[in-house]
Amino acid sequence: MSSIVSVRNLRKAYGTGFEALKSVNIEIEEGEILALLGPNGAGKTTLISTICGITVPTSGTVTVGGHDIGTEFRAARSLIGLVPQEINLEPFETVINSVRFSRGLFGKPRNDAYLDKILKQLSLFDKKNSKIMTLSGGMKRRVLIAKALSHEPRVLFLDEPTAGVDVELRKDMWAVVADLKAAGVTIILTTHYIEEAEAIADRVGVISKGEILLIQDKADLMTQMGKKQLVVELQSAVTDVPAQLKSYGLEIGEDGMSLIYTYDTKGERTGITTLLNDLQKAGLQMADMKTQQSSLEDIFVGLVKETA
Amino acid sequence: MNLTAVASIYRYEMARFFRTVAQSIVSPVLSTSLYFVVFGTAIGSRIESVEGHSYGAFIVPGLIMLSVMTQATSNASFGIYFPKFIGTIYELLSAPVNFLEITLGYVGAAATKALFIGVIILITAFFFVDISIAHPFWMLGFLILTCVSFSLLGFIIGIWAGNFEQLQLIPLLIITPLVFLGGSFYSITMLPPVWQTITMFNPVVYLISGFRWAFLDTADVPVGLSLLAIALFTGACLTAIWWIFRTGWRIRQ
Repeated sequence: MSSIVSVRNLRKAYGTGFEALKSVNIEIEEGEILALLGPNGAGKTTLISTICGITVPTSGTVTVGGHDIGTEFRAARSLIGLVPQEINLEPFETVINSVRFSRGLFGKPRNDAYLDKILKQLSLFDKKNSKIMTLSGGMKRRVLIAKALSHEPRVLFLDEPTAGVDVELRKDMWAVVADLKAAGVTIILTTHYIEEAEAIADRVGVISKGEILLIQDKADLMTQMGKKQLVVELQSAVTDVPAQLKSYGLEIGEDGMSLIYTYDTKGERTGITTLLNDLQKAGLQMADMKTQQSSLEDIFVGLVKETA
Repeated sequence: MNLTAVASIYRYEMARFFRTVAQSIVSPVLSTSLYFVVFGTAIGSRIESVEGHSYGAFIVPGLIMLSVMTQATSNASFGIYFPKFIGTIYELLSAPVNFLEITLGYVGAAATKALFIGVIILITAFFFVDISIAHPFWMLGFLILTCVSFSLLGFIIGIWAGNFEQLQLIPLLIITPLVFLGGSFYSITMLPPVWQTITMFNPVVYLISGFRWAFLDTADVPVGLSLLAIALFTGACLTAIWWIFRTGWRIRQ
């Protein structure tokens, strides 16, 4: 796949000396969903604002669809739709006028049939002629998405689209994102909900203190960095790990009724077979066993902690 | 040139004007009518004539200018300040538009509103006093130029303002005094010599004088000088706006 957004050595420093972005490099592939994870103040919004033209970079280059965002800003920005984090909408305007305005601003001729289609997709059609101030918070957020999609962008930036949104609406939003991906739109979303990245992203980037710590295929990331645990439940409680099992680094579970073995899925041998043999030799009676894998959250917390 | 964007901004701004049509039109018409009643009819009846014209007819151009200048400034400053205040400016900044297109859209709409109000006041004036327009073409020209140049000034104020207080400050502290002291209600020749000289530094004098010439064929300063003044003023505002967008001052971080 070819990259549609290319960010090279992007740096943003403010007058106060604060460095919001420190030499960021990202290649975003056409048609993918990239989730940018990071704690508050990590630089997620600054990165998006810079690519979209709201913030001026201190140094570095960004191209969108091969067009430089500085010298060919028209061609670059025409490809981008932006859904901001804050609900920034003119309260007195109607939904349809606001969406029409966005489309016109991007130089696209009026096309009400297309806008109606978007509004229907976002379940906003029956609110088309309502003033924005009369809508609920969730609907306002969908109006922002409708505005961003109004000019048929190829790249969509969603800056924390589900922050402060209830579970049902979050699921709706994920469905909208899936539809957009199916239509060939490249999606970059920032979030600090790890389950969101886990649920919808193809690749995950982790950003902290203005630096990209990692950017990787979600499935690869989970398997590469994921640790798996084997929990062996016992028939009778133990207080100590038997001497012949010391080398496995076992932990004793709650009330001594289980032993927990952590192993690396990357390793050629997991050591499970020998462990089970040794357990039998040590005279421990197994009641049951199960395996569990660490979530993206564990990986993320681990990464951010390392750099802190 | 993204003309669709210019038209979109223009339409969007005009929609705001028509949404608040009562406030937009009724209040300037009402206040102008009150001026006519107080200055034209009540006080004006005690003043025989100013430079050969009835006082009522003499103040018409000044009154129109007073409204047009304040309306153009406040409309344009609010037009661009409001998106900054509610955050919708992000859309303008991330759209494929340049400074000229943004300015054309916002200033065009603000100037149109001011022109609209100017014409309505002119029509209102016909109900109060006998007026004739000596140079209709020039009258319209001066009116449009004033609408545009003061909208440009308002646009700059709107970008500069960090809060609603600042938004009101410049019009209140600078524009209103300059307009009142610019000969809206009197001829410069009625002032003592020292004040006549000081007044010449007030740019509004040239605009009002030119506009009054278009009505009455008499002026405080030569018409050419009036045109030059308005051209310089417009040029200065355009340069300032170009610089603002080039540097991102108060708009782009």
